[in-house]
Amino acid sequence: MSKAILDIAALHKSYGATPVLKGIDMAVNENELVFIIGPSGSGKSTLLRCCNRLEEPESGSILVDGTDILRPGVDLNRLRQKIGMVFQSFNLYPHMTALGNVTLALRKVQGMEKEAAEEKGRAALARVGLAEKVNAYPNELSGGQQQRVGIARSLALEPRIVLFDEPTSALDPELVGGVLKVMRELKESGMTMVVVSHEMAFARAAADRVIFMDKGVIADQGAPEDMFGNPKHERLREFLSRIQH
Amino acid sequence: MDAILQNFFNMEIASKAGVFLLKGLGMTLLLSAIVIPLGLLGGLAVAVLGSLKKKWLSVLLIVYVDFFRAFPPLVLLIFIYFGTPFLGLDIPKLLAVAIGFFLNTSSYYGEVFRAGIESIPKGQFEAARSTGLSGSQTLRFVILPQAVRNVLPDLISNTLEVIKLTSLASVVALPELLNNARQAQALTYNPTPIVLAALMYLVLLWPLVRLLSRLEHKSISMH
Ligand SMILES: Nc1ncnc2c1ncn2[C@@H]1O[C@H](COP(=O)(O)OP(=O)(O)OP(=O)(O)O)[C@@H](O)[C@H]1O
Ligand SMILES: [Mg+2]
Repeated sequence: MSKAILDIAALHKSYGATPVLKGIDMAVNENELVFIIGPSGSGKSTLLRCCNRLEEPESGSILVDGTDILRPGVDLNRLRQKIGMVFQSFNLYPHMTALGNVTLALRKVQGMEKEAAEEKGRAALARVGLAEKVNAYPNELSGGQQQRVGIARSLALEPRIVLFDEPTSALDPELVGGVLKVMRELKESGMTMVVVSHEMAFARAAADRVIFMDKGVIADQGAPEDMFGNPKHERLREFLSRIQH
Repeated sequence: MDAILQNFFNMEIASKAGVFLLKGLGMTLLLSAIVIPLGLLGGLAVAVLGSLKKKWLSVLLIVYVDFFRAFPPLVLLIFIYFGTPFLGLDIPKLLAVAIGFFLNTSSYYGEVFRAGIESIPKGQFEAARSTGLSGSQTLRFVILPQAVRNVLPDLISNTLEVIKLTSLASVVALPELLNNARQAQALTYNPTPIVLAALMYLVLLWPLVRLLSRLEHKSISMH
């Protein structure tokens, strides 16, 4: 049996009186790529954001690599380095070069020397195909390149898992491919990943499992072939027919 | 024409009053050198504490900022300088003036910094925290550098105002530039020292004005 890198149980989260996550149970094994789909507002982003405590859940447990990240007194800043996060809007630091973006946490959180951090940062940028762009500022990069810097920023910290929240939704269509290619290479290198996205072709090709979220619960899950080729869940069928047009 | 020269550009008087005015200029510079850094630091503290979103602290800061922005600085100086002896405190003139100006300028700078911090999208904060940076590291390395850049023209323009504000210290007879110019005017029955002081203010402020206008021009052409 392979080891769960992320193990979520009975997770609940509300905004005010509105429940958004209503009991999520989900485990992601080492080297697994879990792909999450679901209608807008179903709680996909909230789920990812609870996994590194950008949002505080009300109840439930989240284990990352065996550590309960909701336990009081946990060293959150250390833990967050194990959990990479890639955002829809990239969120690069505009006042820093690509290399500066990638090395900031290495230097300030891990306390690495400048030289060592830069060496690691260059390697991370090379891994996403941006070896040439280390000294470019975000506004000198295309959206696709910016997102790859965002991915490199996570990778440089050597996370145990990377969470992607609609990484290609803000990109022009012709730039999507480059980002997905990097994500596939990442998967092939053995990274554990959770991806919220609408890129169904990518899911078919790279996902081990597809989860369908609806109204704050996991409504259905299964292998991509089954989920897309032969959907049984009524709402999933509805959802798929809607996004395929 | 001759009468104008005699009254406003009287060379003889100008050369006599020159040294006295330069002393005043020195005091104006000293006062600015005390008040501007302290005001900037105080304003930064106000804005950073406000960004913590602690309820009671925010209320306190709002009261502080609103009060000292609304309170006329001239009256504030008079209160502090002439009021403190009644409280049994005997503080030096320069200190009294510095305190008054600090209360006023830190609240103005505080508003500028607050606007700067609020101009930074939430995603910047989230990205930084998600890589393990602490709240204060996030502020220092990610939020503030961008925030300051965004409000740099406002910071400079506020600084211009602060330098001009220092002339209010003449109300408690602190020997700064305007104070000395008015004394010289009273002694000579001639407004030439005032004109000379105005020229000194111009020379002092002009580079800042130039810088400001260049920055504003740049930010317009960037949009
Ligand atoms: N900060 C917030 N305050 C209040 N309500 C929120 C907040 N963030 C999200 N919500 C609500 O929680 C619900 C779930 O939002 P979430 O962003 O997780 O959905 P999502 O599945 O990611 O949707 P999308 O596909 O549009 O990104 C929505 O109804 C949303 O309006
Ligand atoms: Mg979302």
